[in-house]
Amino acid sequence: MVTNYFTQAAGSDNSTAPASKPVADKCVVKNLNFFYGELQALKSISMTVYEKQVTALIGPSGCGKSTFLRCFNRMHDLYSGNRYDGEIILHPDNENILSRAVDPIEVRMRIGMVFQKPNPFPKSIFENVAYGLRIRGINKRAILEEKVETALRNAALWGEAKDRLNDLAFNLSGGQQQRLCIARALATDPELLLFDEPTSALDPAATASIEELITDLKNKVTILIVTHNMQQAARVSDFTAYMYVGELIEFGVTDTIFIKPKHKQTEDYITGRFG
Amino acid sequence: MDHDKNLTEIRMMIARHRRWDRLFLITGIVTLMIAMLIFFALIMGMVIDGMPRLTLDFFTSFPSRRPGAAGILSAWVGTTLVMLVTAVAAVPLGVSAGVYLEEYAPKNLLTEIIEINVTNLAGVPSIIYGLLALGLFVYQLGLGQSILAAGLTLALLILPVVIVATREAIRSIPVSIREGAYAVGATKWQTVSDHILPYSSAGILTGIIIGLARAIGETAPIITIGALTFIAFLPTSPIQSEFPFLSFEWLMAPFTVMPIQMFNWVSRPEEAFQLNAAAAGLVLVVMTLAMNGLAIYLRYNLRKKIKW
Ligand SMILES: Nc1ncnc2c1ncn2[C@@H]1O[C@H](COP(=O)(O)OP(=O)(O)O)[C@@H](O)[C@H]1O
Ligand SMILES: [Mg+2]
Repeated sequence: MVTNYFTQAAGSDNSTAPASKPVADKCVVKNLNFFYGELQALKSISMTVYEKQVTALIGPSGCGKSTFLRCFNRMHDLYSGNRYDGEIILHPDNENILSRAVDPIEVRMRIGMVFQKPNPFPKSIFENVAYGLRIRGINKRAILEEKVETALRNAALWGEAKDRLNDLAFNLSGGQQQRLCIARALATDPELLLFDEPTSALDPAATASIEELITDLKNKVTILIVTHNMQQAARVSDFTAYMYVGELIEFGVTDTIFIKPKHKQTEDYITGRFG
Repeated sequence: MDHDKNLTEIRMMIARHRRWDRLFLITGIVTLMIAMLIFFALIMGMVIDGMPRLTLDFFTSFPSRRPGAAGILSAWVGTTLVMLVTAVAAVPLGVSAGVYLEEYAPKNLLTEIIEINVTNLAGVPSIIYGLLALGLFVYQLGLGQSILAAGLTLALLILPVVIVATREAIRSIPVSIREGAYAVGATKWQTVSDHILPYSSAGILTGIIIGLARAIGETAPIITIGALTFIAFLPTSPIQSEFPFLSFEWLMAPFTVMPIQMFNWVSRPEEAFQLNAAAAGLVLVVMTLAMNGLAIYLRYNLRKKIKW
């Protein structure tokens, strides 16, 4: 499934991406509608998330970014009255993860998520990272230790945490807690990692370290990140999608979206004229 | 000029409003003092009357016609065993009902009706539970006037307390923690057993202990199902020296409990029995306070490592 994103970019006509190097599709969203009961929160969204690339979702608050993100790991299944309509095809299996036949637990085992506010469990640092492994039936101490170390290293937390693995996670600073949550998600080798405004509860220094981490991670994992911070989208992402009241207005290569957006509305939002 | 006048007006207004502050403060302190004084007087009365009777013999003697020789052995053993049955029956039922209602039950009319009923059950007079138990446990199920029947009766009585405490403890866990567990691929049961239950254990334990502290003093339902007021023997010991080492005969034994023993002594005309009642009351109050103290201790210690 290697295509070049020039032909694939969704919103079909609104990408002027230069086809530099071909990238593979990771998730193809087709005509996605989402309903909270009667309220339609997403309207006919189609776009592609490319493998080992960072895709940013931007748009004013309440436009449906989180709602969209939470479709990818079927988080909405936890609450009654929610309804999906449309497809998210996950590659390379070519499987519609929104299909009723697909178990949401299986989807969440393959797709990790990091939340807006750091949400470590009230357990030790070690157990936080090991939790995903434990529920996959891995209980051998040696394997757990190795995987926890790798995950903490990948989340740039090993140096600070290695001597206090048995400390409670709450004793870490906010930024460290968020990196711990990233390690928790990374420990199980997800194919796609979802971030929902991961730095909005952090100070500038912690934000910078998370952004740096995201840039490092993209060699290992596909990333989809919601942010309300335009500079952040510009700094970390390869692709950007601009949403407005449940609709995808524009999607394309980040540089293009920021320098020469097709839509007046996108331009207004990016230049801070509204939103 | 105008400015000064404004300022005096504001100051007068504040002074007027402050008067209400002071008034409320005084009323609050007075009512609190009244409550404290009554409690203190009650306890002191019991201590003065009962303290001289509180010897080791008092705990190791059966009731007797001679007040000086009477003790609370059968009563405290009965209370302990009944509480054991109550806890064993009410805790698993109450906690799982709470978990079910909070985590599993669909939000529909039926669950809502159940929820309202559970909350209301907590307010039903305890003698009603006694009547129910008399019909159901004593006669229908043929348990007789036994420790088992009494324990189950009190279990029914505190079930709503345990359920409500469980639900409240669970509800205080932030959604973000739950979602964190689901997001790494946990099933509902894994989320409940690895996160929900451990993190709410402090609140659940507190609820259980408060429920038991209420049950320990209950008299009406126990009298209704026919506890004896004079028992001069102990049930068969649960631990045996011969195989299989455990015996459950005690479950079917007749029994008495602390409040009934007290009641029995209070209703005697002799002055000396009143002193016995005061001593037994003192023991009961200490038991209840100790349980509440334990609840506070547990809550403090288990919550120390949990902050949201
Ligand atoms: N659980 C919910 N139930 C009903 N409506 C919701 C729920 N969550 C979000 N919404 C609505 O869906 C829309 C999109 O919300 P959201 O995805 O959270 O926006 P964003 O993340 O872009 O700020 C908003 O209008 C919001 O009010
Ligand atoms: Mg959001």
